Amino acid sequence: MDRPATYARLIELIEPFNKKGIALAESTSFADDLELDSLTVMDLVANIEDEWDINMPLNILPDLETVGQLADAVVKLKG
Amino acid sequence: MTDLLSKFDPYIAEHKGLLETGVHDPFGVVMERVMSPTRAIINGRETILVGTYNYMGMTFDPDVIAAGKAALDNFGAGSTGSRVLNGTFAPHIAVEQALKDFYGTRSAIVFSTGYQANLGMVSTLAGKGDYIILDADSHASIYDGCKLGNAEVVRFRHNNVEDLDKRLGRLPAEAGKLVILEGVYSMLGDIAPLRELVAVAKKHNAMTLVDEAHAMGFFGKHGRGVYEELGLEDQIDFVVGTFSKSVGTVGGFAVSNHPKFEILRLVCNPYRFTASLPPAVAATAEASIRKLMGAEAKRDNLWAVSRKLHAGLKAAGFRMATDTPESAIIAVLLPDQESTVAMWHQLLEHGIYCNMSRPPATPAGIFLLRCSLSAAHTLDDVDTIISRFIAARDSLPGAKAA
Repeated sequence: MDRPATYARLIELIEPFNKKGIALAESTSFADDLELDSLTVMDLVANIEDEWDINMPLNILPDLETVGQLADAVVKLKG
Repeated sequence: MTDLLSKFDPYIAEHKGLLETGVHDPFGVVMERVMSPTRAIINGRETILVGTYNYMGMTFDPDVIAAGKAALDNFGAGSTGSRVLNGTFAPHIAVEQALKDFYGTRSAIVFSTGYQANLGMVSTLAGKGDYIILDADSHASIYDGCKLGNAEVVRFRHNNVEDLDKRLGRLPAEAGKLVILEGVYSMLGDIAPLRELVAVAKKHNAMTLVDEAHAMGFFGKHGRGVYEELGLEDQIDFVVGTFSKSVGTVGGFAVSNHPKFEILRLVCNPYRFTASLPPAVAATAEASIRKLMGAEAKRDNLWAVSRKLHAGLKAAGFRMATDTPESAIIAVLLPDQESTVAMWHQLLEHGIYCNMSRPPATPAGIFLLRCSLSAAHTLDDVDTIISRFIAARDSLPGAKAA
């Protein structure tokens, strides 16, 4: 799957959760920069699952700290 | 040296800030005396208990207490052992028999708490390479069971049949799958569309586990839960429940007709690596479960007071979490933590105890004053509860003059 296109769409999906209006980049951290709590992360994950028709197991979430890592995971899960 | 507790500094600051506003600690309530399933002394004041999950009002039942006293005399204060070693006494076998009679199942396994029942069932049933598909609003004990086990965990949107169907459809057809549902969800008090959810699980060849902790005694012909009320008794593989709500003591259990179910006793760590329930607790639970069979008057009254409270609070202008009273949990929605704590504090000052609930226990952004009723409440109690809710609201700073 196309990584740049995935990343671009991912940014669009994250934007509604970007309450502080910070500039999103590969290295933007969900916990430290976006300050998403665990419940908000769950809503974002559900939206991502529906966008790409994938399941994102809860077990892999703790390792996905940045926007770039999440984009990589989506590409990998989509296969 | 890094102070391991410094990671909790934000919580310490938040809790301190909360108490500095002059309110009672919503997480530090002490019942100085307990008079009945519906009355206790808190801060020296007689208080109506409206947040105890004591649904069937069994905690002070004379037969239940007599059974506990007799077991205390005959079997001692505790078992000091695991169920699979020295911790199985006659009362443990008797309470499992009572559960089999109550649920009409082939097997029943008793755990030391409801939390451990979910922890044990969820972590043991689904192993490496299997999938757990759980409702997003599942209880913490279910999420923790997922963490303890080795299965892949997938979440679906709360009570959303189509969402469950989609997620099951993405999984390998041949993989082992466990769909975990709850009959009543304990925060908002809403019930699950189990018939549709279970049909979808069956379509994808998944096994099903339903937690009926908040429905035992007053849903379905025999009081087995929402699944019985909806006619799904031959559809559910495992039912999990608790003794700490309708039964009125403490403990957890799972019941099943699966022919291999009993093996869980030997492979489930939260069952075998902990001490069994004190025999007096097992005996009180047995007595209570047997009395819950045919407790029609109690369940009728529980539904009557629940409906009346919902209607009364709604008429008084409170925002209810569910449009109709779906269970014995009647939850009032508030906009934020500050207003929720202020109202909770005023209620306690007016002699009403309910639960203050907030994220992450509640779904995102939801703040609740959660009431749960008991069969021991009277319709007059409900009038008092409603009038005190109104009085508490009127006494808030900034309240409009009535």
